[in-house]
Amino acid sequence: MTAYIARRFAGMVVVMLLVAMIVFVIARVIPGDPAGVMLGSAATPDDVAALRHQLGLDRSLPTQFAIYLEQIASLDLGNSIFLNRPVLQAMGERAMLTTLLTLMAVGISVGIGVPVGILSAVKRGSVVDQAATAVSMLAASLPSFWVGLTLIEYLAVHAGWFPVAGYGDPGAGLADHLRHLVLPAIALGLPNSALLIRFTRTSMLDVLHEDYIRTARAKGLGARAVVFKHAFRNAMIPVLTVIGLTIATLIGGAIVTETVFGLPGIGNLIVSAVLRRDYPVIQGALLVVSGLYVLINLSVDLLYAAVDPRIRY
Amino acid sequence: MVVSLVVLVAIFGAALLAPWIAPYAPQKMSIAERLQPPSAHHWMGTDGFGRDVLTWVIFGARVSLAVGLMVVAVATVLGTAIGLVAGYVRRFDTPLMRLTDALMAFPDILLAIALLAGLGPSLFNVVLALGIVYTPRVARIVRGATLVLRELQFVEASEALGAADARIMLVHLLPNLISPLIVQASFIFAYSILTEAALSFLGAGVPPTTPTWGNMIAGAQQYMQQADWLILAPGLAIVLAVLSLQIVGDGLRDALDPKLRRLM
Repeated sequence: MTAYIARRFAGMVVVMLLVAMIVFVIARVIPGDPAGVMLGSAATPDDVAALRHQLGLDRSLPTQFAIYLEQIASLDLGNSIFLNRPVLQAMGERAMLTTLLTLMAVGISVGIGVPVGILSAVKRGSVVDQAATAVSMLAASLPSFWVGLTLIEYLAVHAGWFPVAGYGDPGAGLADHLRHLVLPAIALGLPNSALLIRFTRTSMLDVLHEDYIRTARAKGLGARAVVFKHAFRNAMIPVLTVIGLTIATLIGGAIVTETVFGLPGIGNLIVSAVLRRDYPVIQGALLVVSGLYVLINLSVDLLYAAVDPRIRY
Repeated sequence: MVVSLVVLVAIFGAALLAPWIAPYAPQKMSIAERLQPPSAHHWMGTDGFGRDVLTWVIFGARVSLAVGLMVVAVATVLGTAIGLVAGYVRRFDTPLMRLTDALMAFPDILLAIALLAGLGPSLFNVVLALGIVYTPRVARIVRGATLVLRELQFVEASEALGAADARIMLVHLLPNLISPLIVQASFIFAYSILTEAALSFLGAGVPPTTPTWGNMIAGAQQYMQQADWLILAPGLAIVLAVLSLQIVGDGLRDALDPKLRRLM
């Protein structure tokens, strides 16, 4: 187990180095000079040259990459051009909202996906199963931003059940903030529940065909006990991996959802950075989000090995 | 499956024949007729500039499908090349797969939007960015299938006969990869329609003057309360196209080569 953990950590470091390289390459591929962008059109060539020197842009690419890695290691992701503050600080200020939104969306995906998937597997071939499959296909085809706008239109504007947009007053309590996040979380979580319905169904079906389930049934255990005590636990192991991957997908989806609902989260920060060409923020966001993804993946895999004693690497 | 094939053929037909079957010219504006609800003259109503929504949905199909097809082409060619080499030539396996791992660590939309921030919003760049985003998925599947195929006797036989690596990959392995590739292509087609729409919506995709489903939804936002048909029409078009592609993809997966099913 220790060797496995060590190997996985080493693999993670390699992937993160490659991620940093990709981010670096994207930043260098970008046409236009970052120094020129930062100083604006009024800058003289001398100013630009001075800033280029200050930023290290006049050195060789490998040296620049080494400097970049050094900065990452000391948790310095540079300063936002437009917000006048460190990228990490700008992300930190908005992290709470995006975390809450993502967690609520995960809750909705899991809350829909797992029960529907189980029901679908237990009643395989029935009308319920076919309906669940149809619903999951439909959910997977929904653009989340369109779901968001439709929810705003009908549940917020017409029915008035939820706030139309925004995150409430900065001083408002958590309950008020959460109320603002209900519709965004549905828009983000609903399309994503499709994947979980399918995975839970497949995984449950696999387990329900095992010998020990037949034994449990032969012993005369009730259907409920067989499904929940025996099948559910084992079926959830692969589903756990998918939930882990889902979190990462949802962080990406938050970029779109936060824009639809005008929520000042990390997604919103990224979109405005792209529209204003605020490169340090774009690079920082790429690095942080992919780092999170890699970390979540690793934790899920380790959890997987810890939960299932059959897994030995 | 049959229904979704019919729907797909209809959408493709509409896209191909757009200039002939669309009731109006896409850029024809008429302020007198702005924001009209669906009627006999305008089946899906008109937008804030008095442009016919049905016409835009039909012309939008052109862009969405063109983007989807081109993304599939880019991702399939690049992904197959990477996957074949990684699966067949052992010493390239680890470096190539770590690279795809790293690329897959970025959420689709984030990587696309970051690439487009640099490249600038245009149809070509959207295709390029999404092609790069979806290449790793193809590469993984091709590698997985190649790892299975390379152990089969016909590959061993041609190795024994002294065939070059390139020949084995192109002549012996590639034809056996067609089924998983076709299935994967239909899913990537579906994803790229969704992602393209999201990019257009965010203002990072195809320029807003081009009729695309995502641009229509973005433009409709400000009229949402007066004219909900503006959002419904393009949204339903996206759902219909993506849903049909996914159903066809599922059907193909079941129909083609059940042996390779587990690899997907």
